[in-house]
Amino acid sequence: MPVTLERIPGKEERVILSMGPQHPSTHGVLRLVLELEGETVLRAIYDIGYLHTGFEKSFESKTYSQGITLTDRMDYLAPLSNNLGFCLAAEKLLGLEIPARAQWIRVLLTELTRIQSHLVWLGTHAIDLGAMSVFLYCFREREEILHIFEAVSGQRMMTSYFRIGGLALEPPLGWLKGVEKFAKSFPARIDEYEALLTRNPIWLRRTQGVGYISAEDAIAYGLSGPSLRGSGVDWDIRKRQPYSSYEKFDFKVATRPEGDVYGRYLARIEEMRQSLRIVNQAMEGLPEGPVKADAPHIVLPERESMKTSIEALIYHFKIVTEGFHPPVGEVYQAIESPRGELGFYLVSDGSPKPFRCHVRAPSFANLQALPKMIEGRLIADVVACIGTIDIVLGEVDR
Amino acid sequence: MAADLETNLALLKLREYVPEAVEDARIFRDEVTLYIRPAHFLHACEFLRDEPGLKFSFLADVTALDLYPQEPRFEVVYHLLSLETAQRLRLKVRVAGENPHFITAIPVWPAANAFEREVFDLFGIVFEGHPFLRRMLLPEEWEGHPLRKDYPTEGYR
Repeated sequence: MPVTLERIPGKEERVILSMGPQHPSTHGVLRLVLELEGETVLRAIYDIGYLHTGFEKSFESKTYSQGITLTDRMDYLAPLSNNLGFCLAAEKLLGLEIPARAQWIRVLLTELTRIQSHLVWLGTHAIDLGAMSVFLYCFREREEILHIFEAVSGQRMMTSYFRIGGLALEPPLGWLKGVEKFAKSFPARIDEYEALLTRNPIWLRRTQGVGYISAEDAIAYGLSGPSLRGSGVDWDIRKRQPYSSYEKFDFKVATRPEGDVYGRYLARIEEMRQSLRIVNQAMEGLPEGPVKADAPHIVLPERESMKTSIEALIYHFKIVTEGFHPPVGEVYQAIESPRGELGFYLVSDGSPKPFRCHVRAPSFANLQALPKMIEGRLIADVVACIGTIDIVLGEVDR
Repeated sequence: MAADLETNLALLKLREYVPEAVEDARIFRDEVTLYIRPAHFLHACEFLRDEPGLKFSFLADVTALDLYPQEPRFEVVYHLLSLETAQRLRLKVRVAGENPHFITAIPVWPAANAFEREVFDLFGIVFEGHPFLRRMLLPEEWEGHPLRKDYPTEGYR
């Protein structure tokens, strides 16, 4: 029996409505059960698991390096952020130092990931609320970023480009030209979206005061990312617990006091501008040097040296067939993904495969606040609220 | 995080105010793990959440480990975060393998709701006092708990 709401005796006129899982505004396969009186939502619960693929179990039968390919399939709108979270956790477990160039390229690419993830959010959020054109513009710009990803990793979405110990390979010559071109044109594009929405009376009516959540509630329900900052909580892991040399970049944490759909919209728009600042800084100051750590028993050797050096060949064989042995221990590494706190909890028993790999998925936690946002509101606001918490069901269900 | 257990503020304060609570403390890669005795768990959590200077008001995550065939078999793992001090803390509680059950942390952190449901679903640990402890990721009629170590990754059980 799927999850449902019990009818309250004496209130038979209320309708129990199952919304989803195949509903376009749920951005995947989310099912909501709503108790309605007229058009007002009185109670709401959510039902998930339609995309459950047992990633956490799969991690346990793969080596650490093989696990990377699972990560970009969870939050498929932010593959590089997921790659980064997993690699940082594994590197922390191993106690591995990553060369500066690799760290900066990681920052650059994860910020582009944030922008393209926010673009998908903005486009779909706007189309849910009736603004069709924004959707088309957003996907136009997103395509440019996906081209950059394809140039560096060979894949538009399932990148698996960050590896334990650095990057898979040095990005191709001239890749920064594409980034530069994008960075130059993008500020005007954000202005364009804002011109369409920020002071648009229909947009304001659909978003202002809708889906309100206070700062205290947001913290208590475990909201993170722009959904938390949209309630006025000044918390960004990139600032407060810097990783991958974020402390070297100058950017502002986009916080909005409103706590409603409109506030979260403004927070994400500002976040795109700040991400672009980071991208520009990363391009300007990109250090030279290797993109892989000097750890031959962990990082695969260069193709060239494999053919000329017996040690490299042996290491390659060992890493591919057996993997490497991290020390016994456990680490939790959180990063600021486009959706919030993405945490990887890795437990090692000394074998080449993780004893346990748990993913703290921001979408999974953010979804908890949804019933609180929509109870007492109109059913049309439900659509606005699903959009505003920016969930990816692949990550919710894992 | 303080690199030394003896200077860790959370541990020092907890030892002082809820002396019975901490069973064991470990540190690895600058991350502090406190093993909490089940009987003092809620009390310790409330203290960690409210005490000035600690303020672990954000429950980042709840999950579990299956140490099969060891006994006590399970460890429930809580990851706390203080938005004020930007410190993290890991709490662990040992739970026996036979009819595994523990108490819910929802009274302290409402965020525990979904996390505990997930742990119940995938590990079969019952959280007493949880208002809606039902399967979440798997279908209601599913048998077994996949993240247990005696549950195979492939093939039939």
